[in-house]
Amino acid sequence: MDKVAVTRIAIVALAVALLEALCRLGVIPNFTVIPPSAMAQSLWKILASGRFSHDIAATLVNVGIAIVAAMLAGVAAGTALQGWPAARRTLDPLFATYYAVPMYAFYPLLIVIFGLGDFPQVAIGFLLAVMAVIINTLNGLDRVPAVLLKTARVHGLGFIQEAFHIRLPYAAPYVFTGFKLAVAYSFIGVIGAEFITSSRGIGYEISFAYNNFDNPVMYAMILFILLLVITVNLSLHVWEKRLLARRRRA
Amino acid sequence: MKWRDPLILVFLMVVLWQALYLLVGDVALRSPATTVHNLSNLLNDPRFLPHINETAIAFAQGFAIAVVVGLLVGVPLGAARFAGEVAEPILVALYSIPKVTLYPVILLVFGIGMPAKVAFGAIHGIVPISIFAMNAVRNINPTHLRTARVMRMSFLDLTLRILIPAALPEIVTGIRVGFSLALIGTLLGEMFGSQRGLGHLLMQAMSLHNIERILALTLLLVAFAAGINALLLAFDRRLHARA
Repeated sequence: MDKVAVTRIAIVALAVALLEALCRLGVIPNFTVIPPSAMAQSLWKILASGRFSHDIAATLVNVGIAIVAAMLAGVAAGTALQGWPAARRTLDPLFATYYAVPMYAFYPLLIVIFGLGDFPQVAIGFLLAVMAVIINTLNGLDRVPAVLLKTARVHGLGFIQEAFHIRLPYAAPYVFTGFKLAVAYSFIGVIGAEFITSSRGIGYEISFAYNNFDNPVMYAMILFILLLVITVNLSLHVWEKRLLARRRRA
Repeated sequence: MKWRDPLILVFLMVVLWQALYLLVGDVALRSPATTVHNLSNLLNDPRFLPHINETAIAFAQGFAIAVVVGLLVGVPLGAARFAGEVAEPILVALYSIPKVTLYPVILLVFGIGMPAKVAFGAIHGIVPISIFAMNAVRNINPTHLRTARVMRMSFLDLTLRILIPAALPEIVTGIRVGFSLALIGTLLGEMFGSQRGLGHLLMQAMSLHNIERILALTLLLVAFAAGINALLLAFDRRLHARA
């Protein structure tokens, strides 16, 4: 391990230790924040008892649906737009302003139209995620070298064949960056929506625990989400680096 | 013809909205024209203005804190390579976690009301601003710095003539992203822990099933966010084009 990684781990460990000490010494009162060790203990008990398995499954399924839908729709839309420059130019201002719009503002509308089921949450996750995939797919497709496209023309490939055999494989690393963002945004969208209003899910349980002053449960579930999301994102980050390294060697 | 594409886009969206309205009817939607009318009524209602004020003040404070803290964190991390390498994955991890999860903690620390909203807007904006500022400073062309040393520039000259012009375009991009996220943070804050502000009105309208109100507020927020972003984007692109 290099010096950078060691320093980074040391800083994070130090921060956790500092929080632990401040909580144990009573500088931070326990009704505000509980010590990290108590959070971990409570989380362990909750996971072992299976008390929230249902909520965790519900959140993960919704996030999963949002991610898969965003990946499929994003790559399809990106590929189609690349082949239709006029539409792309018209939509360009939408791409530039998309993430400036507070997506959660649409959640009340979705709830009123579709009711308090899973659909509005998945929709928010999907809406946040899909644009990252579209933008990165376009970015990748724009970089396909002309010589590869000429080869495709020599072989008489149609638009669909060309997309699957040449354009998308070449753009894969960029598309992967889009997927990575889609995963992070889907989690943000679904869990945020669960917080605002929902009938189940991890976000729902956290706000329920907050309203009942149940700090051990609340902090355990907050810790769970943070660990889950950071683990998933870091794994994707490492995987992406390996993909890029392999491509450079090839 | 810079204005043509955005205008076509807005026109298409209004047509799409109208078509959707004709499809589903009054049960779930209102037409664009009715919504604009409702929004202008709302803006003329004296009971509505305090809510706009509340949100505007919370957002302005949160955004200001995000810019100041973001630059104070990002600029030194960009200047010190080792510290930057240590901090970057931590910042990226902070960027990608759902910050909503931390809302109960903010409420427990600050209590319900203005400070919690400001803090929530600020924590959403700080991370992207510091990431962009860090990269802006890190990517300053070292040749320029060496040239400055050869010319024996004073620190003030160096800052004014090299550091700021070189780093500004990326920093403005970061501030543009931070602006949007701080707005989202402020609204989210109002949605859970507040009795005032646009986010609170949105939640109230949702529980009352008040579609007119929801659409009018959503239109207002989207128009505001998109409008400011378009201005910042134009500024941003001009800076990048010059650089």
